[in-house]
Amino acid sequence: MARRDRARRLASRAVQIGFLLALFLLWYLATNVWGVNKLLLPNPISVWRQFVDVLRSGAFLPDLRVTASEFAAAFVLATTSGTIVGYFISRSRYFTRVFEPLLAGIFSIPIILFLPLYVLFFGLGPASKIALGTTISFFPIALATIAGFANVDRALVAAARSMGASNYQLFRYVLLPAALPVIMGGLRIGFTIALLSILGSETIASLAGLGHHIVELAEDMEMSRMFAYIVFVVAMVALLNFAVSYLEARGRRHQ
Amino acid sequence: MNSTQTASADAARRREGGGLSRALNVSAVRRFLHRHPGVARLGVVILIFIVWEIAARTFMDPLFVSPPSRVFTSLGSVWDTSGVPAALRITFFELAVAFAIAVVTGLAAGLAIGLQPFARRSLMPIVLLVYGLPQITILPLFILFFGIGPPSKIAFGVTHGVFPIVITVVAGVQNLKPILLTSARSMGASRWQTFRYVIFPHMIPSFFAGMRLGMSGVLLGVLLAELYVSTAGIGYFTQMFTENFDPTKLFGLIAMLAAMAILLNEIVRRAENHFSRWR
Repeated sequence: MARRDRARRLASRAVQIGFLLALFLLWYLATNVWGVNKLLLPNPISVWRQFVDVLRSGAFLPDLRVTASEFAAAFVLATTSGTIVGYFISRSRYFTRVFEPLLAGIFSIPIILFLPLYVLFFGLGPASKIALGTTISFFPIALATIAGFANVDRALVAAARSMGASNYQLFRYVLLPAALPVIMGGLRIGFTIALLSILGSETIASLAGLGHHIVELAEDMEMSRMFAYIVFVVAMVALLNFAVSYLEARGRRHQ
Repeated sequence: MNSTQTASADAARRREGGGLSRALNVSAVRRFLHRHPGVARLGVVILIFIVWEIAARTFMDPLFVSPPSRVFTSLGSVWDTSGVPAALRITFFELAVAFAIAVVTGLAAGLAIGLQPFARRSLMPIVLLVYGLPQITILPLFILFFGIGPPSKIAFGVTHGVFPIVITVVAGVQNLKPILLTSARSMGASRWQTFRYVIFPHMIPSFFAGMRLGMSGVLLGVLLAELYVSTAGIGYFTQMFTENFDPTKLFGLIAMLAAMAILLNEIVRRAENHFSRWR
């Protein structure tokens, strides 16, 4: 039985690797043999060379610094405002019933629509990106905070109260540990969409940043270098997601 | 805890009310609001609009912010701006086509992947991997491949919408109890019959949940591509209104688009509720 399981797992791994290899082979053949226009699809080898060059020369650093600082500012703002607002709404069942559907309703609108407004208010610089990233990731964080605190088992609260817990103790030892996993889920979503919306708003209207640099390269028709930057950003986001998943899994285990 | 708090608050209010009709009215209003949170929600929204109105009329720069009353009255003039109705039509068309393509391909791919355990095990990680990538970075490529017209917006909408549909369809098929399939087969159901009477009805709720997620994906993709580059769609007009410092029209256009998004989301959500009722 175990052997068959292992054989199966190997087979599906083989399909996955084969799929990726076939994709690369197709890419290679399309550019080198079938002669697809270089302006549409650059050669994988030249993309790789550019990628190594980008990494080695550190040319990505200024743009990375802009994007990273915008992201950090937006995520910190969204986390503090989202958890504080969510916490105060969750303290009253009535407020929860009034505000929760309101927040959920606004969250269902594609907030990227407000980007032109933000560009009008805050200009093309980092401020409009930070504002958009904050707005977009505020909602999942606030909603998760409300859900986390509102669904704490009432029996736990009553038990802690009857044992004479102070407000602080109730928060620190009952409410927070019970709500934290749900809030973490919200932070996770907020993290991802803040990053995406910052890259997105940089792509659409900006002066600097990784998204802006990709657009610049596209407009200059420097395809290999543009692909190299795309690979760089994708790898960076994948690494960040991986790190967050790892931290989340570790946090789960510690509970 | 809360109920005791409100009860004591009610008692306190009754005590200080002391028979005065005004106080009675206040507590009646409070009780009414307590029983109808929806009314209070509406009140909050109205309050926000009033604050916005006052702020925009008194100390905000009219180049950047326009009071809601003026936005509302100018909706007609936004509609009359030459090209705006056509732009909204184009955007709606892009959304509809992208959504249709995303649903059809997402359903087909989801069934193909989900119904076969081997395909699911080997291909699902790839689907999840691709879904997790920041697609926005390849938006310039879409423009390069498909041009600056509607095809690039449709394509970008499809790639945003198709993955959530695939993932939920696969999850829906996966949650099918094996006993149902076994019993259908042991009762002599053909492949088609198994699909039509066992798999299909069980898949409907997750399929519609996927459609809802797919719709928000399609909205995001199409609007991103529209805002990025556009010659006749709404992206062109948002940029024009921004550059002309015409916040009244910009707010109006964004309000129209938000209304369109809300309407589309609501249709899909209603459909989801309707079709998952049989459970």
